[in-house]
Amino acid sequence: MRTQTTGPVPQLPEKHYLNATYGIRSWLLTTDHKRIALLYLASVTFFFFIGGFFAMMIRLHLLTPNGYLLTPDQYNRMFTMHGVTMVFFFLIPSIPAILGNFLIPIMIGAKDLAFPKINLLSWYIYIIGGLFTLWSMINGGLDTGWTFYTPFSTLYSNSAVAPAVVGVFITGFSSILTGLNFLVTVHTMRAPGMTWFRLPLFVWAHYATSIVMILGTPVIAITLGLAAMERVFGLGFFNPAMGGDPILFQHLFWFYSHPAVYIMILPAMGVISELIPTFARKRLFGYHFVAAASLAIAVIGFVVWTHHMFLTGQSTYAAVAFSFLTFIVAIPSAIKTFNWTATLFGGSISFDTPMLYAFGFLGLFMIGGLTGLFLGALGVDINIHDTYFVVAHFHYIMVGGAVMGYLGGLHFWWPKITGRMYPEWLARIAAFILFIGFNFTFFPQFILGIMGMPRRYHTYPPEFQIYNVMSTAGASILAVGYLLPMVYLTWAAFYGKVAGDNPWPATGLEWTTQSPPLTENFEVTPVVTWEAYDFHNRPDLGLDVPSGKGSPGVVAPAHGDD
Amino acid sequence: MHRTGALFGQFKTLEQQKDTATLGMWIFLVTEVMFFGGIMLAYTINRHTYFHAFAMGSNTLSLGLGGFNTVVLLASSFTMAMAVWSSQTSRKKLITLFLSLTILLGFVFFVVKYVEYAQKFHHHLVPGKSFDIFYCVNNPTKCEDIDAADMAKEKEELEVAAKADPDLNAHAQLYYSAYFGMTGLHALHMVIGAGLLFWLLKESVAGKFNAEWNNPVDIVGLYWHFVDIVWIYLFPLLYLIDRHK
Amino acid sequence: MYLVIISTLLALTGITVFAAFVDLGRFNIVVALLIATIKATLVVLIFMHAKYAPERTKLVIIAGVFWLALLLFMTLSDYASRVDYRGVRYPISQIISHSIEHRI
Repeated sequence: MRTQTTGPVPQLPEKHYLNATYGIRSWLLTTDHKRIALLYLASVTFFFFIGGFFAMMIRLHLLTPNGYLLTPDQYNRMFTMHGVTMVFFFLIPSIPAILGNFLIPIMIGAKDLAFPKINLLSWYIYIIGGLFTLWSMINGGLDTGWTFYTPFSTLYSNSAVAPAVVGVFITGFSSILTGLNFLVTVHTMRAPGMTWFRLPLFVWAHYATSIVMILGTPVIAITLGLAAMERVFGLGFFNPAMGGDPILFQHLFWFYSHPAVYIMILPAMGVISELIPTFARKRLFGYHFVAAASLAIAVIGFVVWTHHMFLTGQSTYAAVAFSFLTFIVAIPSAIKTFNWTATLFGGSISFDTPMLYAFGFLGLFMIGGLTGLFLGALGVDINIHDTYFVVAHFHYIMVGGAVMGYLGGLHFWWPKITGRMYPEWLARIAAFILFIGFNFTFFPQFILGIMGMPRRYHTYPPEFQIYNVMSTAGASILAVGYLLPMVYLTWAAFYGKVAGDNPWPATGLEWTTQSPPLTENFEVTPVVTWEAYDFHNRPDLGLDVPSGKGSPGVVAPAHGDD
Repeated sequence: MHRTGALFGQFKTLEQQKDTATLGMWIFLVTEVMFFGGIMLAYTINRHTYFHAFAMGSNTLSLGLGGFNTVVLLASSFTMAMAVWSSQTSRKKLITLFLSLTILLGFVFFVVKYVEYAQKFHHHLVPGKSFDIFYCVNNPTKCEDIDAADMAKEKEELEVAAKADPDLNAHAQLYYSAYFGMTGLHALHMVIGAGLLFWLLKESVAGKFNAEWNNPVDIVGLYWHFVDIVWIYLFPLLYLIDRHK
Repeated sequence: MYLVIISTLLALTGITVFAAFVDLGRFNIVVALLIATIKATLVVLIFMHAKYAPERTKLVIIAGVFWLALLLFMTLSDYASRVDYRGVRYPISQIISHSIEHRI
């Protein structure tokens, strides 16, 4: 049960980052990390709609075995553009560029990121890359699959490959610069007393994500660069006629694209690490383990990529090695899941919307992660590779995991970003609709995969229709689940109840600032003398926190009176 | 976030600012390592698989020009390091001098590169429809820049290579893909570096750099040295394959 | 100090070219890369001041080199273990096919 902090009704602060300066130039030329986060919010949401449109086309077409909606060629374009848009323009930037940009400086007690102008440049690069990809879509789209496999993409495809490849290449630099900014910021801009092990786990998660961005994204850049040069200039690395090797493309592509999925999930895990302690009113169990697990996922995630290539004629020995490594990479994720669950034990749990999303994450990520192990097992993979089992697996992680984390985080920090609260009951209903719609969409796809329905096919045998219909029906419910937050969050930003500094309440430096924060975040640089998630030591929060098991014996020095 | 003197608003001290900028550049260089790494991988695999084609391709490159370019770039690294030292010791005139020398050496590199590229285009050694590794040997009058002795040697090498690899012409295109890809990327990075150096030159003429504020010189120096390191690897990998025949 | 380094670098370049004309078989590339790595190390340590840089910078450099090695070696391990890759027999693949043939 949430204890309301009694006191006067909160008022919006007079000066904050939203009203500090006016005019379109002050937004388009801003170097304030918070405004840049909102610029990203607008553009990422735009691309989410576009990706969602393509998803809708796919699901509508698959209602019937011999789909009447699209020609086979058009269908290829739909799933390709759905993948490209969602992966590169929604999932990879969403949490880091929006929530990460907004929160990381505040969470570490800094005035801004290390390189504010590069941050703005990052956004412009994202937009330019997006424009190239939109250009590709307008010119008939892309039909190679989001994986751009050669030699189809370089030699034989008649679709607008070059602009799309250039668009993704450019957007990669946005990712690299954001990662660079975060890494340097966390190293050099922490407030006095904010030691590494006092950082919120959200920051740790983004630090790990940034390592992946820095080390992985350049490889896809060169890969797409070489593919583009092959298509346009005739360089031959992937062209069998010249002796080139399409498998080389796959190696280079997946060297990035596997760690890329960790770019997509680690920030969501960071959000969950913030939500669960807050809504269980209890310190996160095993802080050091969760921090170390984030780094472990980032590092080990780089050595498993060949599990996407088990069916390319690998030797058994290489396949066994990578299968083994794939099983190993699941361990840190499991450690985190255990720690989150242990945090809940003995806590004082409430079911606010962000917590609903966190619970959704826990269950759905677990299913997605475990099915990943099925795919990592060599014998099983031979049968379910390139089937709907794979599609269901990664959607459970990406939507059931990353998007749940994204929405949970958006709801949790919306009062801080806008100063106003969203409508709680409507939000809870939307969360349920989303959860139900999601499971109806993707659970049947596991069954379809086991039954043998291949992915990226525009037709299927009639016996699969019932599951496809279920999946499409679920997708329409899921769409409602997405649209509702878009509507009420926007409404709440202008007309919601004023939230005050710390509505939940939560620990963390961001909740000590006003809502919305000042442009320079802090009037006085904070000096940190407390540990993260110290609910047991915050009488000022007005929480009825159990002081028995769950809270440590050591009483940290009280703060707030420095 | 406004600037007070040399200090940008988000930082507390100049030292923090310098520390941050340097770390930022080093991390960026790591991304460049991975970027070039991808094409190095492509090179490695193809060199092993098609050794004869690669050896043949390498032997058509001018060792003299390549070696000269290596010396030029190493010298430019030296002058760049001297420019950084000058800025750290507030020797303003020397900063300008060494920056100018670095730009000059870079320019020399480009000229030589242009000569090499032009030669490749002339000899039909660019991957694509008109690629023909036998072109010069079959049309000696069209390739007047190769003298008779070298032409005979090349003919001999081609015969040996063609025997070892019946598909030599196709596979040699992979070598030239690597050549143009790697040197092209390298040249692109040098162009960016040259642009940065011009900006530095302008700032140094305006007297902006001294012992207290020399971040830009330092970090552009790091970038320029990295570009030099890439060439240090490119030279043996592209120019020195199987030269001992 | 820089003069010493640049002289060393130029000398090493000369050695590289000289070594290329000596027939060392498959060790030519090893020698060439070794010398190139020595040159690169000198540039990184002295010209780029890595020797005097904080520990964190050294970690960044090592991480970068390590990741490059990861990319190269792990991908090559796939190629090397393919039993018959385009008619080229990698040494490891020959061990593998030998073991398969003789059921070791």
